[in-house]
Amino acid sequence: MKPAPLTCHSPTSLDEALRLLHDIGSEAKVIAGGQSLVPVLNMRLATPGHLVDITGLPGLDEIRVGAEAVEVGARVTHRQLERSPAAYAALPLLRQTLVNVAHPAIRNRGTTVGSIAHADPNGEMPMILALTGGTVTAVSVRGERTLAAADLFVGPLETVLEPDEILVCARFGRFPEGTRTGFTELARRSGDYALAGAALAVQVIAGQMQQARMGFVSVTEVPTVLDLTDLVAGRAADQSAAVAEAVVERVHAHIDPESDIHATAEYRRHLTGVLARRLLTDLTTGEPARTSEEALRGAS
Amino acid sequence: MTTRMFGQRISRREDPRLVTGHGRYLDDLGSSALEAAFVRSPHAHARILDIDVSAVLDVPGVVAVWTYEDLEGKLSEPLPMLLPHPSITAPVTGHVLAANEVNHVGEPIVMVIATNRYLAEDAASHIEIDYEFLDPVVGIETARQGSALVHDQAPGNVAAHLVQDVGDAPGRIASAPHVLELDLDIERSACMPMEGKGVLARWNREDSSLRVHSSTQTSTGVRAALAARLELPLGKVDVIAPDVGGGFGVKINHPWPEELALGAAAKILECEVKWTEDRREHFISSAHERQQLQRVRVGFDEEGRIYGLDVQFWHDNGAYLPYGVIVPLNTSTHILGPYNLPDYRVEYWSLYTNTVIVTPYRGAGRPQGVFLMERTMDAIADYLGRDRTEVRRMNFVREFPHPIGLIMQDGREGIYDSGDFDTSLDKLKALVGWDDFAACRERARAEGRRIGLGLGCYVEATGAGPYEGGHIEIETTGKVNVATGLTSQGQAHQTVFAQIVADELGVPIEMVEVTTGDTRRMGYSVGTWGSRGAVMSGNAVHLAAKKVKQKALTVAGRALEVDPADLEIVDGLVRVKGDPKAQMPLAMVSVLSNPLRYAFDEAAQAATQFGGRQDETKPPIAENDSPGLEDTDFYSPVRSTFASGMHAAIVETDPETADIRILRYCVVHDCGPMINPMVVEGQIHGGVAQGVGGALYEKMAYDSSGQLLNASFMDFLMPYASEVPQIETDHLETPSPLNPLGIKGAGEAGTIPVSAAIASAIEDAEGFPITRMPISPSELWELRRRHEAGEWPSLRHD
Repeated sequence: MKPAPLTCHSPTSLDEALRLLHDIGSEAKVIAGGQSLVPVLNMRLATPGHLVDITGLPGLDEIRVGAEAVEVGARVTHRQLERSPAAYAALPLLRQTLVNVAHPAIRNRGTTVGSIAHADPNGEMPMILALTGGTVTAVSVRGERTLAAADLFVGPLETVLEPDEILVCARFGRFPEGTRTGFTELARRSGDYALAGAALAVQVIAGQMQQARMGFVSVTEVPTVLDLTDLVAGRAADQSAAVAEAVVERVHAHIDPESDIHATAEYRRHLTGVLARRLLTDLTTGEPARTSEEALRGAS
Repeated sequence: MTTRMFGQRISRREDPRLVTGHGRYLDDLGSSALEAAFVRSPHAHARILDIDVSAVLDVPGVVAVWTYEDLEGKLSEPLPMLLPHPSITAPVTGHVLAANEVNHVGEPIVMVIATNRYLAEDAASHIEIDYEFLDPVVGIETARQGSALVHDQAPGNVAAHLVQDVGDAPGRIASAPHVLELDLDIERSACMPMEGKGVLARWNREDSSLRVHSSTQTSTGVRAALAARLELPLGKVDVIAPDVGGGFGVKINHPWPEELALGAAAKILECEVKWTEDRREHFISSAHERQQLQRVRVGFDEEGRIYGLDVQFWHDNGAYLPYGVIVPLNTSTHILGPYNLPDYRVEYWSLYTNTVIVTPYRGAGRPQGVFLMERTMDAIADYLGRDRTEVRRMNFVREFPHPIGLIMQDGREGIYDSGDFDTSLDKLKALVGWDDFAACRERARAEGRRIGLGLGCYVEATGAGPYEGGHIEIETTGKVNVATGLTSQGQAHQTVFAQIVADELGVPIEMVEVTTGDTRRMGYSVGTWGSRGAVMSGNAVHLAAKKVKQKALTVAGRALEVDPADLEIVDGLVRVKGDPKAQMPLAMVSVLSNPLRYAFDEAAQAATQFGGRQDETKPPIAENDSPGLEDTDFYSPVRSTFASGMHAAIVETDPETADIRILRYCVVHDCGPMINPMVVEGQIHGGVAQGVGGALYEKMAYDSSGQLLNASFMDFLMPYASEVPQIETDHLETPSPLNPLGIKGAGEAGTIPVSAAIASAIEDAEGFPITRMPISPSELWELRRRHEAGEWPSLRHD
């Protein structure tokens, strides 16, 4: 388990990094935290001739909270984002989800933008990007482009990014006033990829549900958003049980789980429905499932 | 008076070094050595037609490329059949490098030696091998069908077939008021030590000797094998086990192909060469265990008294049989557990498959046997509507010694030497709150929760022979060096053996240093396996310490001019009982024990010819005596001693997601007098953790072509600390009459009944039988669906 020969480049400016990627072409891979890439290299499942390490680039390490979005630079680790009070205040779903991403040791190194670029359907953060209506910015020598999550992910582990592009930041959209969020998953072991997982954002104003959207991990090929607004809008939040079965039915129709050695597709389908119903119940019939104190405990 | 060390909860002396990064594991050694990588078969069953190594021969940094053709003399012979047994009908072992056929994915075919591991792996990836594919045999069902064969010389894929028959089980079952039949199924798991295997071999051309460090459980075994296969005198080979990051059984099998290949390379290339197994290699080319299909027929009466037990099981031994039939033999001889079953018949078939070999993993066949017996006990209790503990109690052995009429893995009859199963059960019931649980379960049900309680009871033959030795020398500084030949993989040998020796010699434990697994220090040893370290080497160092103490008293008695019988050793001082002023440090006794001609320092002058008074009528060294305060002794037991224990688990199963959580885990354990209860509890905790892995998480997911689909820690679900429950323990100490210290083994105990206890608890929570382990949420949910559809039975008395 040693990687095939490769050259590791450590550029010190974004321009230099982009030039390197352009010159090397498809033989190059961008590396940041390396939490997915390094195992792949060691098992020789991928044998790029060059790595361009972006951890030495200036900038790209900021979390900027704006009125519309939380912008996360390419070098920001999961752990930094998870523990950012400003990010949590603006978009609690980030921390609610990040505490479920692998283990602290991995979150300490892995970057949120890196996991989005990796586009693993088992990964939590690509789904959160989609659920929040987020965007990413990719840069290359040809310039900069901003992509919506829906346009970024095209298949499992597959994005529209060109080999010479660097994802420099991700913008997670903030939810409108009154939105309650939650994330839940069931994994075989703590920190494992989920057998199935779901996140829900439901807006409750004056006791009435308005918009609602749900995203899933491990049960869809690419992160997609399931809009439930038409099922819940105008209903009393504490009467959400009345629409629960309809929501589960909608979820079952939306997802496309597969069987593997850990669980059958049928079980995953059933499980996702259970998780969806529990999320809806937790977020509508009481306080949000995870209070800030609980989230902090989870993050500590 | 010095506090007796035996029985004290003293902290593990090895830990400060190990937890501060000062351990020296195999890969920490030999930083300038050449490194080896192996080309391993990507196919489960194939004939090797051609190997083309031409692409790598001239690559800079590549030193050697070996195939089977390059192996000379005894190196080219099949690997040894370590444990011949009369039941083995078709003994087949592999080769150092595959000869012309591969029989599992991962089998080594080519060894590449290069200046570092990166280059060796690069070169390995460019070697081309042509294969002719043969039908793979994967899984017990396919193996016993026998339409495709792993080895032509093993018809029906049968490696071994054994019947052990005591009394008249079929006849007694026929006369029993009730008869039940069960079919049970246990998956594969594996030891998965944090450190895989590893070998560092160094040839010394000055004296034509070989020194090998191996991450092994038996340095003497590896040494003997190396000497034999490399055709070297034993005196020219030393094998040392450095710090070893876990073994759990997989490192007792030997010689591994890599041990011989690296030893041969060092010798022939006259170099130092290293190989460190990586995790993928460990998954596909070391060893697995556990997989069995079992069929049980049991006859019993209204009260649950068993009349007869008739068992058949099929054991998957993988591609080869280097470790013989120890695993299925242990299963067959441990099924009886704490129960008195004079009418018992067991028959097993050990079957070849095109998968990784099966050799002992902590428990070594016993977990399967206990699963069988305990599932049977629960089935009887349910059939009769009786309490599960009462059915067990109805059958307990109560008189000792209790011969079971079966031949154990040491070739001797199993005789339970001591135990107290009623008290164990009483303690377990009290610890877990057995009698109150039914009410708890009903309360939980009323809240929409499912909880269940289960138990598992076992006995374990521990401390098997043939022997282990202890060598003790007291330096002229008073420091006590203890050596025993068996190896350490984290068992706290540096602590517990020192406790035993410190007690016997009357020295502070800080003065005692223990060396294990170094053939330079102790050439006679068997190895670390079968929960034998404390029993075997503990008693051996105890016996050696007794001899050294006697010698010290004799020498001191001569110097102090008192009868040795009037002397005692306290805090490192030899003194006259009742007269503490007449004393001499053990260090000085050591000086005097070696009569000198030449004084090398001031203290040594006392031992020279003019240094003190001498009895001129006697030679300086008495007949049958020897110079130096050192001696060796061996402990060789007449048979194994039986430890025992009982576990109880409380689980909660999610009514919707079928997620399974262990709420409580209780252990009552009897390994006789405990040398160090903290160490025993650590062994239990680690054992239970591995047991939980086997019960709820771990399996080897082979597809039908023999590819292992989960050969990494991402998909092989070894439990994390977060999955292992808090473990509550209580002890019972029933001494063994078989050895001087009265102790029994504890290393494997924690693992043995876990699957049985957790299956019992899930069954209790769910109300339908659990017959297959491990079980995942997905599988439990599937069982629920079948149960709801009427395709899976209910318990009778839920």
